[in-house]
Amino acid sequence: MRHLSVGLGLILLAAGCASGAARTAGNTASPQNAPPAVKPSTTSTALQDTVGLGPQYPSTYQRHPTPPVLIRNATIMTATGQEIQSGSILFRDGRIVAVGTNVEAPSDATVVDGKGKWVTPGVIDTHSHLGVYAAPGTFAESDGNEATNPVTAEVWAEHSFWPQDPQIPLAIAGGVTTIQALPGSANLIGGRSAVLKLIPARSVQEMKFPGAHYGLKMACGENPKRVYGQRGGPSTRMGNMAGYRAAFIQAQLYRRRWDKWNKDHEGDSPERNLRNESLAEVLRGNIYVQNHCYRADEMMQMLDLAHEFGFKIRSFHHAVEAYKIADVLAREGTAVSIWSDWWGFKEEAMDGIYENAALVQQAGGRVVIHSDDASGIQRLNQEAAKAMYHGRRAGIPITRDQAVRWFTANPAWVLGLDSIVGTLEPGKMADVVLWSADPLSVYARALQVYNDGWLVYDRNDPAHQPKTDFTLGQP
Amino acid sequence: MIAFLLAQTIAITGGTVYPVSGPKIENATVLIRDGRIAAVGTNVAVPAGATRIDASGKWVTPGLIDGAGQMGLREIGAVQNTNEYTLRGNEVAAAFNVLEGINPASTLIAVNRMEGVTTTLAVPNGSLIWGQAVLIDLDGATIEAMRVKSPAAMVADLSEGSKEAGGGSRAGVAQRLRRVLNDAREYATRRADYRRRQIQDLSASAADLDALQPVLRGELALIVVANRRSDIETALRIAREFKLRLILAGAAEAWMIPGEIAAAGVPVLVEPLDNIPSYDALGIRYENAALLSKGGVKVSLMETATENTRDLRQQAGNAVATGMSWEQALRAVTLTPAEVFGVADRYGSLEPGKVANVVVWTGDPFDFSTGVEHVFIRGRDIPLRSRQTELLERYRTLPPKY
Repeated sequence: MRHLSVGLGLILLAAGCASGAARTAGNTASPQNAPPAVKPSTTSTALQDTVGLGPQYPSTYQRHPTPPVLIRNATIMTATGQEIQSGSILFRDGRIVAVGTNVEAPSDATVVDGKGKWVTPGVIDTHSHLGVYAAPGTFAESDGNEATNPVTAEVWAEHSFWPQDPQIPLAIAGGVTTIQALPGSANLIGGRSAVLKLIPARSVQEMKFPGAHYGLKMACGENPKRVYGQRGGPSTRMGNMAGYRAAFIQAQLYRRRWDKWNKDHEGDSPERNLRNESLAEVLRGNIYVQNHCYRADEMMQMLDLAHEFGFKIRSFHHAVEAYKIADVLAREGTAVSIWSDWWGFKEEAMDGIYENAALVQQAGGRVVIHSDDASGIQRLNQEAAKAMYHGRRAGIPITRDQAVRWFTANPAWVLGLDSIVGTLEPGKMADVVLWSADPLSVYARALQVYNDGWLVYDRNDPAHQPKTDFTLGQP
Repeated sequence: MIAFLLAQTIAITGGTVYPVSGPKIENATVLIRDGRIAAVGTNVAVPAGATRIDASGKWVTPGLIDGAGQMGLREIGAVQNTNEYTLRGNEVAAAFNVLEGINPASTLIAVNRMEGVTTTLAVPNGSLIWGQAVLIDLDGATIEAMRVKSPAAMVADLSEGSKEAGGGSRAGVAQRLRRVLNDAREYATRRADYRRRQIQDLSASAADLDALQPVLRGELALIVVANRRSDIETALRIAREFKLRLILAGAAEAWMIPGEIAAAGVPVLVEPLDNIPSYDALGIRYENAALLSKGGVKVSLMETATENTRDLRQQAGNAVATGMSWEQALRAVTLTPAEVFGVADRYGSLEPGKVANVVVWTGDPFDFSTGVEHVFIRGRDIPLRSRQTELLERYRTLPPKY
């Protein structure tokens, strides 16, 4: 590995955000001191904890070899409170090396002129159904809801995920570098999510983000009771609650049996149960609860459920009424993954307002702008801008940095990746987007998208506009 | 003519005025009198007693017109009983005019008009022939007060969505549409035979065949939903055969044949942000609106999510981001839809005599940083309030004040 020649005038940004980047990578610009960008996926492997079997379905992600890249003379929005004019960012071997106003290019670097352009961290979507509800959208690609039982904690979204979904390149062209692919919301407990690097790949294993935490999809309200109301239940919201509780009571028992056996190894091990395995990992805090829930009163019920069983809800999703309980959400440390303006398509979505994000931010909560949509994922920057400006017009002071964090640093936290991605700081993974204009303008388009340093999209170079197999030979 | 006239004069002064029918005018005045635009320009005398709106530093445009959606016909998508846009059980619902299904008290209206959309097409939904769409202004206590034009267009579907009506084949759909149109022609010339039952069975009811007469005469436009290139070409072919006034809607693969569409003089309703491939349109792409516009096609933009018709602004901004000129995009949400729906004599631009649908913006209407300062519909200064602003005020500080 070549040593970098970094200019004396280098300005290293303080790792001032709460993400813990400094802990991960240190303030040094030297890649020798940084941990490798690619690690085997062990930190999130639930089975290790539960049954001692070692990594299951491990990530085979490999960083793509790529020369160092220096983008210079751009406006750099770091998502750490900085907006650097005429700034430069240098990354090599998948790591950000330097961010500042005077960064020199190593001799082997590809230099990109960013004059008049903008740079942000890669966009992260906490709520996607890419790959599990793939285009062209026939029954054959409908793999998102295992709607055969209201509790299917045993299914894993990665086992449905189709890496050739033609929607993936569209999202990449919108600057997206990481997604959480979730099961749908038909079930009370829909299964495990897959946290993925959004890159061209032959298998989902090649996309699995090393170090990410699995999520557990849970759903409140109308969807489960609509799907199961005529099929044995639940048919009411109280039935929904009883269903979650029954599942977690089983999981508590399961967890105790395995904890005991792991400690004393007496006799045969308990029988494995995939449903309880996922739920036990929630109870241990290793799998993060990602909870589809629209109404404020239902979110309050779910927080009580979490208290009953001693787990945390990492993020409510959709949460169109989050603003009604913004104080509670801030206190609980539960993020909200929301749209800027979706509302009204069903009764539990009637009270959505433009200022939802701004009000939660103002109350000290953690806001994420999510998509839940193959179209919306292509412009999460625009949706964040809409929410920011509407908040400002209502007199709620939202900064541009906060709005950028809504689609970068905050979703990274929701996925447990905030020490690895989500900001532009030395040591962070080089997930970087170069925009044609201010990304909070409707006119901005992603020009270049780097994922772990790899140029996965270049608007001006067809050689860097990957197509899925599905798209080949099509009009 | 408008059902009620406001005996009021309003002068919007000092703004940058985009009349759309002509170049922008700096520091201009838009004078509104009795619900109509009385004058536009830099040398407009403001009458004594006029209400003055200072628009210095602001942008003034016509109200936006969305050529899609079900405003007034759809309250909550998932709640069947609040929806009025589908006539079940009739695959050829030509006589189905949605006007009396419109709810002037819909909560969606206030939410969307306060973002600058003043006029929308309320479109039925269905199978082969969906029915008659109507054009409405987003203000008024009664249906009559909201009505701009009814019917504004007949709507039919040649996309994969109507295949059942054709027995499961696109060819069957096209043949059935032709048969219905032929039957409508025959019905018109043999009404007496029809009444005496001295005519072979026709493929639609008398009411539906009656309703198709203005379409066959070229008086009422036929909107055809078609996305695949071959379906678009089928629509063009049928329109030629029957001499119809065709409007294409959806038109995802239209970018492949802009010349053919332009030569036919057929306008196109496009949703710029629609780019998810399906077997109905594998060639769908973001640049459709821009490529059509550059290819000489008359393009009008849509936001099809009724509850977020307000995102028409974002659709237009993205059309610009993908290559449409800004001026064409503004036209595509104002004067062009007015022309397409046959109301350009009254709507779509800021010209004396036109209905005073006017929006005062803090800046470029397409960008997110821009807010709406005033919305005038038929000269009425619309209160910028909705159910959503009331929710905001209730929960702005917690706990709420009930």
